[in-house]
Amino acid sequence: MNYLGLEIERPKIGVFDFTSCEGCELQLANKEGTLIDFLALLDIVNFREISSDKGRDYDIALIEGCISRNDEIGRLKEIRSTAKVLVALGSCACFGGIAHLKNRFSMEDVVEEVYGEHKVETIPVQKISDVVEVDLELPGCPVSKAEVEKVVVNIVTGADITFPKYPVCVECKHNGNICVFDLGKICLGPITKAGCGAICPTGKVGCLGCRGPAEDLNFKSFLKIAKDKGFKKAEIKEKLSFFNAFDEVANHEI
Amino acid sequence: MKSKRTIEVNHVTRVEGHGNISINITDGELIDAKWQVIETPRFFEAMLRGMSYDMAPLLTSRICGICSISHTLASLRTVEKAMGVRVPKIAQRLRFLAKHGETIQSHILHLVFLAIPDFLGFSSVLPIVEKFPDVAAIGVKLKALGNDISDLVAGRTTHPVSLVVGGMSKAPEKKELEKMKIRIQDCLNDVVTAAEFCKASITLPQFMRETEFVSLKGKGSYPWIGGNLISSDGVVKPENDYLEMTNEYKVDFTTSKFTKLSRKSFAAGALARLNNNYKFLRPEARKLSEEFKLGPVNHNPYMNNIAQLVETYHIMLESIDLIEELLDSNLDKVVNKYAVQEGESTGAVEAPRGILYHHYKINKKGKIVKANCIIPTTQNNANIHYDLKELVKQEVDLGKDDDQIRLLCEMLVRAYDPCISCSVH
Repeated sequence: MNYLGLEIERPKIGVFDFTSCEGCELQLANKEGTLIDFLALLDIVNFREISSDKGRDYDIALIEGCISRNDEIGRLKEIRSTAKVLVALGSCACFGGIAHLKNRFSMEDVVEEVYGEHKVETIPVQKISDVVEVDLELPGCPVSKAEVEKVVVNIVTGADITFPKYPVCVECKHNGNICVFDLGKICLGPITKAGCGAICPTGKVGCLGCRGPAEDLNFKSFLKIAKDKGFKKAEIKEKLSFFNAFDEVANHEI
Repeated sequence: MKSKRTIEVNHVTRVEGHGNISINITDGELIDAKWQVIETPRFFEAMLRGMSYDMAPLLTSRICGICSISHTLASLRTVEKAMGVRVPKIAQRLRFLAKHGETIQSHILHLVFLAIPDFLGFSSVLPIVEKFPDVAAIGVKLKALGNDISDLVAGRTTHPVSLVVGGMSKAPEKKELEKMKIRIQDCLNDVVTAAEFCKASITLPQFMRETEFVSLKGKGSYPWIGGNLISSDGVVKPENDYLEMTNEYKVDFTTSKFTKLSRKSFAAGALARLNNNYKFLRPEARKLSEEFKLGPVNHNPYMNNIAQLVETYHIMLESIDLIEELLDSNLDKVVNKYAVQEGESTGAVEAPRGILYHHYKINKKGKIVKANCIIPTTQNNANIHYDLKELVKQEVDLGKDDDQIRLLCEMLVRAYDPCISCSVH
């Protein structure tokens, strides 16, 4: 393949899913305007959701989902041993995501609630980096296809991969939105890593922090604003725990 | 010595989620054929316990990456019915349009990207891009149309943003709606071209197994959100009696539950909707259906693919009218105020893959105390399972080899457009 006059090798890529909704994988087939070009950049050797080819010679593994059953651990370790680069795709892979909300209860309790006397196997949710080494994390619920595209292009061309250090608030202000707090809703935009284009506050709903904490976050200030606006501890905590992305900051400070 | 044949497909590809087909044939006779869902359950009903009512749509949206708008709408309907929240009519129309975008996106993703490769002898959509670039281009264009409709109205297709309790958090700009209307009109002809291609290049396998079809019951129009429930065997029930329509039970070889109504299994989805509500299709869509000899009640499961194409056409025509109605309306007030109230209710929505139910019990503090979600693919699992047995028997009698049988079985599973992670949730 030729890119800017340079001969470039197409990376062999595998896309794998664990416990998830497969929405992140679906994003790979979205953004249709550039889809054909994006696909031309890659040699997809294993992507069960869209192809019957089951190649094992991939260099890059994109992993969606979290780990919630023992058989997933072995499968994930095998993928890790094959892949040169392993990317955790989406909030479930990076933080455990919404699936982690199950961990509030005992496993016996959740199985009983859904399956009654028919027992099924399940273990507390773990994020991908709890099980194997992760080279790159791309959070988001779902991931932003634009960001995935950018990262893949950078891997192919050997360019540096960088992410915004500032919070979603910066992107929200740039969009000229009214602050969601002023609309009477809690927003995690002040403490969440940017890169999504502030899609939720732009839709006049609060950010739920699916991309995890921004690098230089001021959690104390955020808490003060939220409390000053009249939100109770429990409400703030429910939002912070939604994607399990703020467990380290939130648990001892709130 | 007995001749034993075993056909195993571990992790059927080009479907959402993880399922296996397992077939045993001894001395030319089918011993067993199984449809096994092996997906890891996520326990959404348990996760919902203790959650605030307004977080329920956000959480249950994440049951499915493809039909998250349907889940959000079923969840909102359940919360709003339980708490007696009124939704402005114009917000209902906007939600309806967002849902139509999702169905177009989902149907086209399935048809062009997942199902059609089999009919052309390909392992994925990628060779279609090379060999039939015009068809691939139409697929990409229509899928983009669906996504862009949902993005415009709901902020995002996968895990929508602006669908909130009481209505919509934001309305789209009229000038954007106007542009979208023109785009949909422009795409109508692409559906006709896609249909011509299907007629010329696709031969559906000859297979029938009489079954029951369950969907929402249309009232004046093709049904998508709320209303009575109907089956092709003549059962009609109110929305809240969804348990009597589904009768879930657990079998030991699969992590997803099975369901039944008047027979040992029933089907939900595009074909079920079309079989039960044919008269409500737009005349143009009905004409398209006739061209494929698809009319009620059709018992060939592979016809679900064609039913999706017919519905896509119907939805696009309906979306144009919806946008015209929105353009003539005042879009300033799209959300109502409400008070948190104790209550219990059911919300039924036709997701792209079939009828979907959410049921919550909410306490006076607005916390979910009990939740239940019954997913279209869950309702299709038993039907897929019994179809597989019948299909393998038919094909063994016809003397087909293992590879031919394997492919037909995979195509059968794909025809249902299963959403397996959804069905396990």
